[in-house]
Amino acid sequence: MAETPGDLFLPRLLPPQEFFAEGNRGCQGCGAALVMRQVLKAAGPDTIVCNATGCMEIISSPYPETAWRIPWIHVAFENAAAVAAGVESGIKVLRRKGRYHDRRINVVAVAGDGGTADIGLQALSGALERYHDFTYVCYDNEAYMNTGIQRSSSTPYGASTTTSPSGRESIGQKTQKKNLPMIVAAHEIPYLATACPSFPLDLMDKARRAFQTVGPTYLHILAPCPTGWRHASDLAIEMGRLAVETGAFPLYEVVDGKLKLSMKMETRKPIIDYLKPQGRFRHLKEDDIKEIQRRVDENYEKLLRRAELDEGG
Amino acid sequence: MGERVGLEVSLAVSEAVKLARADVIAAYPITPQTHIVEELSQMVADGDLDAEYVMVESEHSAMSACCGAAAVGARTFTATASQGLALMHEVLFIASGLRLPVVMAVANRALSAPISIWGDQSDVMSERDSGWIQLFAETGQEALDLTIQAFKIAEDRRVLLPAEVNIDGFTLSHVVEPIVIPGQEEVDSFLPPYEPQVILDPEKPVTMGPVGFPELYTEIKKQQNEALLGSYEVILEVWDRFAESFGRKYRPVEHYRTEDAEILINMAGAMSGTARIAVDMMRETGKKVGLIRTRLWRPYPFDEIRNAVKGAKAVAVVDRALSFGGQGGPMCSELRSALYPLAEKPVVTSYIAGLGGRDITVENFQTIVEDTGDVLANGPREEYKMIGVRE
Ligand SMILES: Cc1ncc(C[n+]2csc(CCOP(=O)(O)OP(=O)(O)O)c2C)c(N)n1
Ligand code: SF4
Ligand SMILES: [Mg+2]
Repeated sequence: MAETPGDLFLPRLLPPQEFFAEGNRGCQGCGAALVMRQVLKAAGPDTIVCNATGCMEIISSPYPETAWRIPWIHVAFENAAAVAAGVESGIKVLRRKGRYHDRRINVVAVAGDGGTADIGLQALSGALERYHDFTYVCYDNEAYMNTGIQRSSSTPYGASTTTSPSGRESIGQKTQKKNLPMIVAAHEIPYLATACPSFPLDLMDKARRAFQTVGPTYLHILAPCPTGWRHASDLAIEMGRLAVETGAFPLYEVVDGKLKLSMKMETRKPIIDYLKPQGRFRHLKEDDIKEIQRRVDENYEKLLRRAELDEGG
Repeated sequence: MGERVGLEVSLAVSEAVKLARADVIAAYPITPQTHIVEELSQMVADGDLDAEYVMVESEHSAMSACCGAAAVGARTFTATASQGLALMHEVLFIASGLRLPVVMAVANRALSAPISIWGDQSDVMSERDSGWIQLFAETGQEALDLTIQAFKIAEDRRVLLPAEVNIDGFTLSHVVEPIVIPGQEEVDSFLPPYEPQVILDPEKPVTMGPVGFPELYTEIKKQQNEALLGSYEVILEVWDRFAESFGRKYRPVEHYRTEDAEILINMAGAMSGTARIAVDMMRETGKKVGLIRTRLWRPYPFDEIRNAVKGAKAVAVVDRALSFGGQGGPMCSELRSALYPLAEKPVVTSYIAGLGGRDITVENFQTIVEDTGDVLANGPREEYKMIGVRE
């Protein structure tokens, strides 16, 4: 999964079909659009997407245009999981009654971090608990981007957003990023994973696994956002890579309750490498960065121990 | 033919949903709707109804799941009341905007605060403009019949809109009435399986629920409104067809002793039963009183209402909901605007009664009619009156 010069061959390993069309209205260098593209390549044509309100919905469906080459529905902001539950239940019963074809269909709920960790958490929890056969994809750009970069509970400590602005009295976001994958894991679903489009093969492998698993599955995918993170638009891939390689956004899977790191990093790049190019962290002082480094290390060590425990058991 | 049994009205609604062979039911319990959904769960658990029952974690998710299920072509049902309907608010407008023929029963109940589990019609009145077809039942038979009809109306390709059957909480939902349960074969031939026009299907991908920019939003809303207005004819057609199959006739407005009536009472729902008794009693004392009961609330039956009041001197509208700081009763303001363009029109008086489970008694109706008589004699006074208030 390491990215090497062999990556020249990478494009040949990817399914050529695009189900999330080019020419959508996303910002230049949008990481979330890459998430859509890669997830759908893994999903293939037999897929229905239930999209929450947010960037991916807005940029893809300005009527009468659409970027979706698969069936797609948007109902509201906080209910993507509930809509997916309805789609899945509908197909199930209609199939039983001979009114819907028999091919396996990936029912996919797509929502941002706000639509998942905040306003949509209840619907998500309900759908996971009821054990619908669907995959929930959270593209995490770490704020409410669509409405103008307001903080969410998934915004990391120290990031400046329009509602957690840094100022003379404030570091910006004061709380720590909600650990959503672990909240999802507590539902004891058969498969969940974190991923990042900077590691496309890893992302698509995980997505395929999620789609092939019967029952509720969850993908939490970091989506660098040049507009909201305030970095150059050609740096999205680099930012995703650094998020992973500094340990700020570790990649792992939880399969039947057992956590497995996708890459174990004994040494990691310093967090400053990740923070520096991003305008949302520009105000941070040396001590703040030290504190963030401490938190990243602590979280990563915790994850390592959990992985070792799960492997040993 | 059907079988006549004594049945709690809630269970009659569940029976209607079973007879309609609903595919997906997504619901969240709230008094006084609970018996409807408990019975449906049991029917599914016993294999008497082949449906997916989605035990969602909220009413917001109930309506959202209904949207998802309807979007793949499933016949979809939910039921709620009061706070539950209020929690659905956002998604109600989306169901109609997406033209999804979801059917819902509302066991009408007061809105908090103070919290009240008892009946009135504030819940549905707050959702008046949600774009749903809205029907009111007075009796258990009607609750069952309207529920079956609601699917046929909603799913008609000329309509494709969600439809809601209102049954007053407790005063209708929880009473046992003699009800004719139609046979399954008859219902099957009246209501064949839903044949959707557009669904979410990988074989023919569509985009549902896109962004509507200002250049198009108005046109889309106009189209939606035309569909709701146009549903009127379809509703009449469905009622004709229903009468042919089942012998029970329905129309948008029910008339009771309206011939030569000078004062008409207008209202909706179960308390019209008491109004009838009051009308009979007042008729015995020589008062020319009648009742026009609104069954179809959306689309509003303008012409029927205008015809129904012809010749009357006054219409006393009784609302089980209060529009705070406004004109009082929502049904009254609707009727007033319907009559306003007429050159010759009756005096309209507005009364608020039966809030939060308070009874509307025969005496209350007598007071209402006397008060309206007083307005006829001495001219208009306040915008509306609250009836049966303890001073
Ligand atoms: C009930 C409701 N509240 C608020 C909004 C406004 N709103 C739309 S999208 C959004 C933020 C979305 O954030 P996220 O889910 O992280 O997706 P992103 O825009 O970042 O892709 C908000 C607050 C809404 N549409 N509905
Ligand atoms: S704001 Fe961010 S997530 Fe939204 S479209 Fe632009 S780059 Fe993508
Ligand atoms: Mg976001």
